Amino acid sequence: MASVQITNVRKVYKRDTQEIPVLDGISLEIAKGDFVALMGPSGSGKTTLLNLIGGIDQPTSGDIVVNGEAIAKLSGRPLAAWRARNIGFIFQLYNLIPVLTALQNVELPLLLVRMSGKERKQRAQTALELVGLADRLGHFPRQLSGGQEQRVAIARAIVSDPTVLLADEPTGDLDRKSGEEILALLERLNREFSKTIVMVTHDPHAAERAQRALHLDKGVLSN
Amino acid sequence: MAIPISYNLRNLFQRPVSTLTTMVGFGLTVMIFIGALALASGFKAALKKSGSPDNAIVVRKGADSEISSGLSREATDIIRGGPEVATTPDGHGLTSADVVVLTNQPRLGQPGYSNLTVRGIDPSSLALRDQVRITDGRMFAPGSDEIIVGRRIAPRFAHCALGDKMRFGPRDFTVVGHFEAAGSSFESEVWGDNAVLMPVFRGEVFESVTFRMKDPGRFEQVRKTLEADPRLGVDVHRESDWYTQQAGVLATVIGIMGFFITLIMAVGAVFGAMNTMFAAVGSRTREIAVLQILGFSPFSVMVSFMIESLFLALMGGALGCLMALPINGIVTSTTNFTSFSEVAFAFRITWVGIAIGLIFAAGMGLAGGFLPSLAAASRPLAKSVREL
Amino acid sequence: MNLLSLVFVNLFRNPLRTLLTMASIAVALFLFCALGGVLDTLGDAVKFGSESRLATRNAISLVFPMPLSYRDKIAAVPGIRRIAVQNWFGGRDPVNPHEFFAQFAVDPENFFPMYRNELKIVAGSPPQAEVALPADLDPKLAAFMAEQTGCVVNDELLRRMKWTLGQTIHLDGTIYPGSWPFTIRAVFHSATPSFGGNTMLFHFKYLEQNGMGGHGFAGVYKLELENPDHAADIARQVDALFENSSAATHTETERAFAAGFVSMYGNIPFVLRLIGLAVVFAILLVAANTMVMAVRERTSEVGVLKTLGFADGTVFTIVLLEAAVITLGGGILGSVGAKLLIDRSHFNAGGALPPMTVHWSSVRAGIVVAAVIGAASGLIPAWQSARLRIVDALRRVD
Repeated sequence: MASVQITNVRKVYKRDTQEIPVLDGISLEIAKGDFVALMGPSGSGKTTLLNLIGGIDQPTSGDIVVNGEAIAKLSGRPLAAWRARNIGFIFQLYNLIPVLTALQNVELPLLLVRMSGKERKQRAQTALELVGLADRLGHFPRQLSGGQEQRVAIARAIVSDPTVLLADEPTGDLDRKSGEEILALLERLNREFSKTIVMVTHDPHAAERAQRALHLDKGVLSN
Repeated sequence: MAIPISYNLRNLFQRPVSTLTTMVGFGLTVMIFIGALALASGFKAALKKSGSPDNAIVVRKGADSEISSGLSREATDIIRGGPEVATTPDGHGLTSADVVVLTNQPRLGQPGYSNLTVRGIDPSSLALRDQVRITDGRMFAPGSDEIIVGRRIAPRFAHCALGDKMRFGPRDFTVVGHFEAAGSSFESEVWGDNAVLMPVFRGEVFESVTFRMKDPGRFEQVRKTLEADPRLGVDVHRESDWYTQQAGVLATVIGIMGFFITLIMAVGAVFGAMNTMFAAVGSRTREIAVLQILGFSPFSVMVSFMIESLFLALMGGALGCLMALPINGIVTSTTNFTSFSEVAFAFRITWVGIAIGLIFAAGMGLAGGFLPSLAAASRPLAKSVREL
Repeated sequence: MNLLSLVFVNLFRNPLRTLLTMASIAVALFLFCALGGVLDTLGDAVKFGSESRLATRNAISLVFPMPLSYRDKIAAVPGIRRIAVQNWFGGRDPVNPHEFFAQFAVDPENFFPMYRNELKIVAGSPPQAEVALPADLDPKLAAFMAEQTGCVVNDELLRRMKWTLGQTIHLDGTIYPGSWPFTIRAVFHSATPSFGGNTMLFHFKYLEQNGMGGHGFAGVYKLELENPDHAADIARQVDALFENSSAATHTETERAFAAGFVSMYGNIPFVLRLIGLAVVFAILLVAANTMVMAVRERTSEVGVLKTLGFADGTVFTIVLLEAAVITLGGGILGSVGAKLLIDRSHFNAGGALPPMTVHWSSVRAGIVVAAVIGAASGLIPAWQSARLRIVDALRRVD
């Protein structure tokens, strides 16, 4: 069964009185355990598509089924709950909470689940060990390098064990070396832990690490 | 599940200047609020303690204060000889017929004159008002032109030190002692022998008769009997109620003014808090979006910011309480409209007052935080996300 | 596009913040001017009383009376044109027991002419019969003069108590026991709000017969002088007349007499000034905080302005002007608003104060305070902006 099934999705933005069609009849399928790179020039709608898959945004028309759930029909609390269980997000600008430590940032998603404080800390610690930051638990984001911050963000994305990871230009703000480390980590998550990964990138180098690449231009997909 | 409170607390300290200025705004408002409460409370307390529930005070019918009243010697003799009046072990009635007048005396430390209450009592009646204690000097000698001055009023008027002479009409009276009376309004009076003071002032008229009741439980019967007596034409009150009622008008006025001032300041403080919170929300749109993406509901975001605002307000309120504390016990005085004379009393901060102040602060915090929290929670996620 | 329009554009970039800041400043300044108004009102109350009138009372205190026989003796002192009697009644309206107002028993043939400049009769009941009035008495008082239980009421008091001309009211006496009927036969308007604003006047003879058993005594004598320059001298002469009697007198100008009442408010003016200070301090903080926040958000723009060629001094001026517009705008709103609202409402704290007014001088003071605060609060952010190097400004990514 496909992890992600998108059928004839249109997304139109209204800016004052103008209508801008960002996605114009997109259909695609992503299998479980797939690692897909989504590429295209800026303004092509890649981030929009990613947001639709993650349930952060709703399509103007069309269906989206992720992990068997027709999320286009969900909203509000059920949608938020579904998202917490099924999706992990990784952003270009990391988006860690500056006033929380690395450990606390990773614990955040677990606050939404019934769990004792002890267990929560344990799982967060495990996730941080996995990304190689076991020695930085008590550091604040401002005390970490860009690459380290992104690794904390990845730990946060996987701590509740979602099946799908959505990454929006995860290496966009990093230097070559750190970028490599992050891509290696994503590969490992895909190979060892069978995470389905959709990664938006404009860097062909990064796209090579994925299993396949999709091209989005003016709202239309091509391979 | 809720967003951890440490998130909010730490964010408050991320912007120390904003937090501090808003805190001070709240603090000043709460300080003035507590001050007003303390003023009214101190005033009421001073008057409340002035009377004992075991004593009854008799004044002319309709009089709302002792200076409006007048009783003839015959009437006072009848009242003092009544069967309900308690007696001392050696058979004397525990009662005093008082001459109560206002004299216009020069102030000390401030220009101008004010009205000072002078009370001529039965010298043997000290047991009737058992809170009274001489603090310096001694009690006046019966039949002499000696007087004692209440300790609260002594520093506020001229000629109140031991040995000074105070002039009433054509005669001089010597101050031989200061007294305290459990913080009651008696401490704002000058006392002397009523037999000596009477001819100086009014002639054959007393202002009130106070007596200890044999059975304080029978007050209603005592009252009915005396008020029904056609020879008298009097009203009877429990002494404690009488003095509480004397506080009435001024306490209300203080209350009203304090209320208005505080209300206006509160509005200003709430606007200030709103500003601070809006700025906080504005600078954290990304975090708010991330929290919602992670799965925290908009409601929990709203609650989170309300809590932040509440904390800010409570810290400000605590600051205000601290700033208000030093005024506790400061003695001030003003003219009581009902008795038309100067009453000195101390600011009285109570735990209740502080609690009310903090609740008030919390209220302001919630009011100020409401709109910004709502804004934080209702920002459409999709819109914020486009900026991520 | 000039400097000022740039300032306004910046202010409306975040209209909510600008509005809230202006609102909190307006509120604070409203309070500041309201407190100033209380001081103004008390100050006015002191200024009441012409210097050409004296007040004579018992030397011990106002609470003690003087014999009526004093009247002729005082009138004989050279330099006194007219003498009137004024006694405090101390009654309460059982229908409105919490509304405090003054009632005086006076001898109208002397009292009203003496106060012809301060009390203007605006309405009077038509008289039942022809009555010969003294020449210097307003003819609208005819009905009042013919009726011993008649009374003359201030127009504000009439409105507040919801009475009408011709109505009979009953007052409970606190000094003179019993229920006293009075019929409102005339209405007067006070030229100065602090005198007579809360007052009812009635016949001395009524009080004498029904409350003093026919043997009257005087509370206060009011003396009208031929020449105000002789006030001190005449006061001394009057007091000398009764120095050694059982009721010695104390005579002073009416202004000093009124001042005595105001001084009874004691410490209150001081407390009010203290609160005013606290308010000003709080406002300063609010304004400064806002300016700092606003400027911090715009560091990169400031950098861009400078790359375009704006001088440091110009940037300084822009930021300072922003602060000034916010604080002055809020300040004018609050100060003028205070005057308009308070003057209209005639707030009098349940009778404890004369009807409140706010002087333009207090409004001006408020606006000055706002301007000073604007300058002070804008100084630091303005200076920071002026000092900012372009490189730093453009680097900052917040």
